[in-house]
Amino acid sequence: MGRVYPPTSAYVVGREKVREFATAIGDANPAYHDVSAARALGYADVIAPPTFAFVIAYAGSSQAAMDPELGLDYSRVVHGEQRFAFSRPIVAGDAIVATASIETIRAVAGNDILTTRVDLATEAGEHVATTTTVIVARGTAGEDA
Amino acid sequence: MSAIAVGTTLPAQTFRVTRFDLVRYAGASGDFNPIHWSERFATSVGLPDVIAHGMFTMAEAARVVTDWLGDPGLLEEYAVRFTRPVPVPDDDTGSVIEVAGEVTELLEGDRAKVMLTATHGGQKVLGNAWAIVRLP
Repeated sequence: MGRVYPPTSAYVVGREKVREFATAIGDANPAYHDVSAARALGYADVIAPPTFAFVIAYAGSSQAAMDPELGLDYSRVVHGEQRFAFSRPIVAGDAIVATASIETIRAVAGNDILTTRVDLATEAGEHVATTTTVIVARGTAGEDA
Repeated sequence: MSAIAVGTTLPAQTFRVTRFDLVRYAGASGDFNPIHWSERFATSVGLPDVIAHGMFTMAEAARVVTDWLGDPGLLEEYAVRFTRPVPVPDDDTGSVIEVAGEVTELLEGDRAKVMLTATHGGQKVLGNAWAIVRLP
């Protein structure tokens, strides 16, 4: 455990993508849509809703979930828990690199429970957010039990 | 936002989710898992119907906190367990998620912990849902 995957190439956060995501969750908060409103709050551009961090982290955490050495049946995976810790909100214009690592993997009642962590940082190395994802692969531990 | 104390409640909200919302969320998030749009596929893997993305439910629940804060950038930490899926029927009314929040702890540095409850049809869809926020 403690396996760390190679960082992804940078995800560049687009202003229109932030607006699209905010619209998709039905959220009209001006900080997500209106550049001048975001600037009035002290941000350089519109900020992304908190859970947008998962969109960027997903590619990183998929590396772990699909790692053939872990042997998970990805077709039977359920999202069990999700956590976010922010140093600051994601801002349009950010170029964000995701680095995934495995925190724990354990077998409980025939299910594999995998906890992956993804650190999101700018290309310059400024930490933006850490996402922690717990997935449950149903029944995949059964063969070993 | 003065006079925040343990026990302060956040304005509760209800969120409606239809198949249209799930298709739009799939496109915006990049999560095209067919359990979120194909009834044929969802039932073939044992689900009662198409279900909402857990991350969609988590995003809606966050709005109770970010609407209360005003500045969503004041959210420092946010965590949930997905305890039960939200089935979304293929009709015009969809399903409703009800979300409430309450301050449960004041923390140093003008921060607070908020506990959230999210239910569908009277049953919890998120467990141990909490946020740490900086108070405005």
